[in-house]
Amino acid sequence: MDNAFGQPQTIVVLGGTSDIGLAIARELISPVTRTIVLACRDLDRGERAAAALRDGAFEVVVVHFDGADTASHEALIAGLAATYGDLDVVVLAFGQLGNGEETGRDVTDAAVLAHLNFTGAVSVAVAVANRLRVQGHGTLVVLSSVAGERVRKANFVYGATKAGLDGFAQGLGDSLVGSGARVLVVRPGFVHSAMTKGMKAAPFATTPDKVAEVTVRGLRRGSRTVWAPGILRFVFSALRHLPAPVWRRLPLG
Amino acid sequence: MRAVVRTTLTGWGRTNPSAADVVELFPGELPGALKEIDDRGALVRGLGRSYGDAAQNGGGLVIRLLGSASDALLDRAAGTVTVSAGASLDELLRHLVPRGFFVPVTPGTRFVTIGGAIASDIHGKNHHVDGSFGNHVLRMSLQLADGSVAELSRTSDPDLFWATIGGMGLTGIVLEATIALLAVETSRMAVDTHRIADLDRLMSVMDDGDDEAHRYSVAWIDLAAKGSQLGRSVLTRGDHAKLDQLSAKQQVDPLAYGPQQLVSVPPIIPRPGLLNHMTVAAFNELWFRKAPKRRLGGIESISSFFHPLDMVGQWPRFYGRPGLVQYQLMVPFGQEDAMRRIVERVSASGAASFLAVLKRFGAGNEAPLSFPQPGWTLALDLPGGAPNLDRLLHHLDDMVLGAGGRNYFAKDAHTSPHTIRGGYSRLAEWQAVRRRVDPHDSWQSDLGRRLRLADD
Repeated sequence: MDNAFGQPQTIVVLGGTSDIGLAIARELISPVTRTIVLACRDLDRGERAAAALRDGAFEVVVVHFDGADTASHEALIAGLAATYGDLDVVVLAFGQLGNGEETGRDVTDAAVLAHLNFTGAVSVAVAVANRLRVQGHGTLVVLSSVAGERVRKANFVYGATKAGLDGFAQGLGDSLVGSGARVLVVRPGFVHSAMTKGMKAAPFATTPDKVAEVTVRGLRRGSRTVWAPGILRFVFSALRHLPAPVWRRLPLG
Repeated sequence: MRAVVRTTLTGWGRTNPSAADVVELFPGELPGALKEIDDRGALVRGLGRSYGDAAQNGGGLVIRLLGSASDALLDRAAGTVTVSAGASLDELLRHLVPRGFFVPVTPGTRFVTIGGAIASDIHGKNHHVDGSFGNHVLRMSLQLADGSVAELSRTSDPDLFWATIGGMGLTGIVLEATIALLAVETSRMAVDTHRIADLDRLMSVMDDGDDEAHRYSVAWIDLAAKGSQLGRSVLTRGDHAKLDQLSAKQQVDPLAYGPQQLVSVPPIIPRPGLLNHMTVAAFNELWFRKAPKRRLGGIESISSFFHPLDMVGQWPRFYGRPGLVQYQLMVPFGQEDAMRRIVERVSASGAASFLAVLKRFGAGNEAPLSFPQPGWTLALDLPGGAPNLDRLLHHLDDMVLGAGGRNYFAKDAHTSPHTIRGGYSRLAEWQAVRRRVDPHDSWQSDLGRRLRLADD
């Protein structure tokens, strides 16, 4: 149960080795933190991330989670709640970047990426939302991306999965109104992280820590959507209306 | 069972929201309703004056128990009243005062139910003389999870009697209770008011033995004042006025009682609310100056002396969207230094607080989770949106624990299970009694879950 400051006792990161996911967990740590669950595919990497988070006052546990294995999601979420009590904040932070335009030319790669980033996310998000409904409280944080605001050909399968996830998260949030539970959609721009290592930074690039700050502020305020950095809201408001030929030629990284 | 509506609930501070299925029931309908309880449990909610999440139950059942003071049975000879738990102190006072009786303990608002008064073991300005509400409960009937009704008193299952007092609604549902009353000659109060220059002087004045000479005693502290003015305060001490203390005009109808609400705060308050350090400091300055340096025997109404906040309806709306967080702590006698450090810390933080109240507690009672113990209690109102408020309160928690004190469940909206275990050494004892009457966790609340009151 959150306290009056929106400080959660139990935090779950789906995609527990994600730089942004871990930064959000770190930012949420407070004297009332009790359990942080890192749910990931690679348990060794998860253990390393857990060790870095552990502080003595709260426990950090690593559990196996495969975003693509939709059949396992319901049982996973039910199991977490049964073991650790009410889930206060669940962060949906898993996904692959894909391989730019090349992914859009390979049938299998495209389908695999779409399944993980979109279908897998939808599946586990529904499981989480159902649990939060039972609890009468709790927040699902969905890491969307500006890449979904207007899809670029440079990475269009990824961008499309984020566009779909974003729309889904908003609809889910609307359907949760009155249940006591909420959804917060976070739209980061280009984030310097393990996922984007070696890539050329886009304008208004940010860091996982900054995204975490924006996210936690949004959680405390009860926001529905937040952009990181905030200025991107206005940037994309404009970019959205660019004629397609102009958009196509923009050097956005 | 009648209509169940999923409703978002908060405490009086308008923070910590959660949604529950809310249903209104008469006591006779309770046994049927018990069958509908699932693993999220059930809880009775009175008038929702707990500041935090004590009267809500996310994802579970929340019951509004119907019952009024009009069925109250007054026994004039014995000086007691038997009343249903759903009745409020407001209703009860309207019934009792014109008949020459007063409730033994009243907090700063009339709008609490008898059940809530028992569940929080509320205290008032007379704790140093009369103890808390539970001290005056002679007997009560408690609906248990298994469908039976227990008759409780100091001689009939005293363990459960005392576990229910201060038990935050987690042992069962109080149906009705018999309360010992105070006989009064008039509906007015005779009040002595002093302006005191600083905290040390205040605590020494409150400790000087004169406190017991008055039934009611409390100090309002200006926390916006710093330095040598730290803890400058207005100390009020009062007693129920005798007939001959009233003016001739007042003596015509000495027990007249008709408290009014003057005004209510509309639901539209500009963000970020009207309260910040500057406005509060300005308000406090005026309030402090307005109080007489020294006035003896001033005659006040019951509402004005006990319940000034009730004059403004929905006053937490002043705090805007972020709501308000109340913090009430107590430290034992001998820890005056710790109290001073706490006041300094709050003052230094600049967190605006209109209502900082200091009171001296007398002897505690046998209830394991009862808040008042001999010592000093400080209660603060803080705007929920104040920067770094979480850090301040978690720090205060540590200071309170270090001084051997504790926080008050009825006000708490932020602390941890660890703090509670440190402050309430008899928690395990309470848990054992509770487990006896509620082995399947039928009674649950957000407060109970957040502070792990029922778990080991």
